[in-house]
Amino acid sequence: MSATTKRPAGQGATLAEANASIRRQHLQRYVIAYGVLIVLALFFLFPIAFMVAGSFKADTSVIADSGSLRAFVPEPFVGLENFQQAAERGNFWISFRNSVIISAGIVFGGLVVNSLLGYALARVPFRGKGLLLAIVVALIIVPFETLAVPLLLMMAELGWTNTLHAQIVPFLAQPLYIFLFYSFFLGIPRELEEAARIDGAGPATVFFRIAAPLAKPAYAAAGILIFLASWGQYLWPVMVTRSIEARPLPLGIAEFQGLPPRDWGDIMAYAAMMVVPLLIVFIIFQRQFVRGVATTGLKG
Amino acid sequence: MGAIPGEAAVARGSGPPDGRPRLGGDTLTGWLFSAPAVLLMSAFIILPFLLAFYFSFTNERLLAPPGRETQWVGLDNYIRVFENPRFWTALVNNITFAVIVVPLQTFFALFLAILVNQKLRGMVVFRTIFFMPITVVMAATAVIWIVLLNPKGLVNTFFEILTFGNFHPDWLGDPAYALAGIIMVSIWASVGFQMVILLAALQDVPESLYEAARLDGANTWQQFRHVTLPGIRNPLLFVLTITTILAFRLFDQVWIMPDRPGGPLDATRTLMVDIVDTGLNQQAVGRGSALSVIFLLIVLAVTIVQRRLVKQEGEIR
Repeated sequence: MSATTKRPAGQGATLAEANASIRRQHLQRYVIAYGVLIVLALFFLFPIAFMVAGSFKADTSVIADSGSLRAFVPEPFVGLENFQQAAERGNFWISFRNSVIISAGIVFGGLVVNSLLGYALARVPFRGKGLLLAIVVALIIVPFETLAVPLLLMMAELGWTNTLHAQIVPFLAQPLYIFLFYSFFLGIPRELEEAARIDGAGPATVFFRIAAPLAKPAYAAAGILIFLASWGQYLWPVMVTRSIEARPLPLGIAEFQGLPPRDWGDIMAYAAMMVVPLLIVFIIFQRQFVRGVATTGLKG
Repeated sequence: MGAIPGEAAVARGSGPPDGRPRLGGDTLTGWLFSAPAVLLMSAFIILPFLLAFYFSFTNERLLAPPGRETQWVGLDNYIRVFENPRFWTALVNNITFAVIVVPLQTFFALFLAILVNQKLRGMVVFRTIFFMPITVVMAATAVIWIVLLNPKGLVNTFFEILTFGNFHPDWLGDPAYALAGIIMVSIWASVGFQMVILLAALQDVPESLYEAARLDGANTWQQFRHVTLPGIRNPLLFVLTITTILAFRLFDQVWIMPDRPGGPLDATRTLMVDIVDTGLNQQAVGRGSALSVIFLLIVLAVTIVQRRLVKQEGEIR
């Protein structure tokens, strides 16, 4: 009897010990995993925190405190003075307006133009389609950098230098997004479109009423990517703009940063004004952003 | 309403197979839909593309004085480019940047992707934070990092703690360290992009493969080596290619961060700096176009290597 009662008791003890040790191991793994994640998060966040703190600090303290933890404390606090300076000395709002016009133009114009061709390639049986598709696919590889110098000469010949449309029109048709729409439209079932056709709808109605609404995810993904690329464009404005009237934000901050006196508080305020609104939009729509990048990335 | 699905089915059944012109009107419709994009691509991609090749054999100039004739100069532009030591400095800088950044950033991105792919709470928060720099415009990133990389800045405070005060270079002012500083910024700014692509790839590897491997007694490393890596092979190749191409396109940071573009002493001069310097500042469109063609050939070579590797995978299967 004693032996039989002892055995289960003994087993119970070792089981409990084993459980405790497994739990300890789990706890250890959690601590390590979260520890690593938090250190990495700090690495990605500290420049942004530095910028935000700097935008509220006295100009001289931004550099003076730049090597210690005081860099993240907005003291001496100067309120919105840096932001005012960035707006006045840096002409922030002119560049902001330019950036908004350029990006809005490229995003909306680009979505229409690229999705129309993508749809035609996927759905409309027309002569020359195969060749056109081959050309679009081949052009995806051509980087803009190869076209910049001859394009600059074309702009000069057209009298487009230092204008906003020189920063919009050349970027509307983009083979990568034509291909994105093409493959998306191929994947949507045809039934609805064919039913509408039978009801007597013309091709334009079928596209705008039926096909385009079904392709919302493709429009969202392409729209986000086109926006990010156009909003951050730096190379082309360096080449094609001559004065503040046509300069977008990226060029604006680069110029402001080199403008004496180099007041770093004002520069951080300029950076914060161009970065923070987009960060907030990103945090709200992060799922769409991430999905957009992942899908197009894999297609390329 | 009820009749429509039936009719659609009939229409589908009687319709000709895909790709064959159905009606005369379809060709008109097709070209009407295509016209805007086709015209824009012809004018702003195909034309400048052809012009780049043509100009590269001429002495074309930006804002040429009236009466100056553009002349055919054969291979002169290419010869002058190859004889210019600054071109080779730029090319070596691009290659150095690529050789360091491509493996480092891809490895880092894969590490981040594996971390946020764990089944733990709060992974979306960390994924969002790691991806956040993508939404910060590169020009703004560059300007913020000018301060972070100053000799008395936070980056040096970090390295001084790590090395007990023995390492505090003037990142952007010292030719020996300038490219390293640029590399740091570039990885911070763009690793989240590669992470997201690899994360999607990781999630596409079927869980059943891991279960089978575990049943066969595979440990974590063996699972990674024999299930994860083969499962994400093509996306990984894609990431390697795109990171290599981005390394050759390096421009914003090296134009903004040093005291003068590509400086100090050409330590961060890249092919793109060379192209802008030649085509815009020196207004030598001919030579700038020659550089653009060389740039295109490099990008094409990288892409072809990737396509080859991807195809091999398909053939093995």
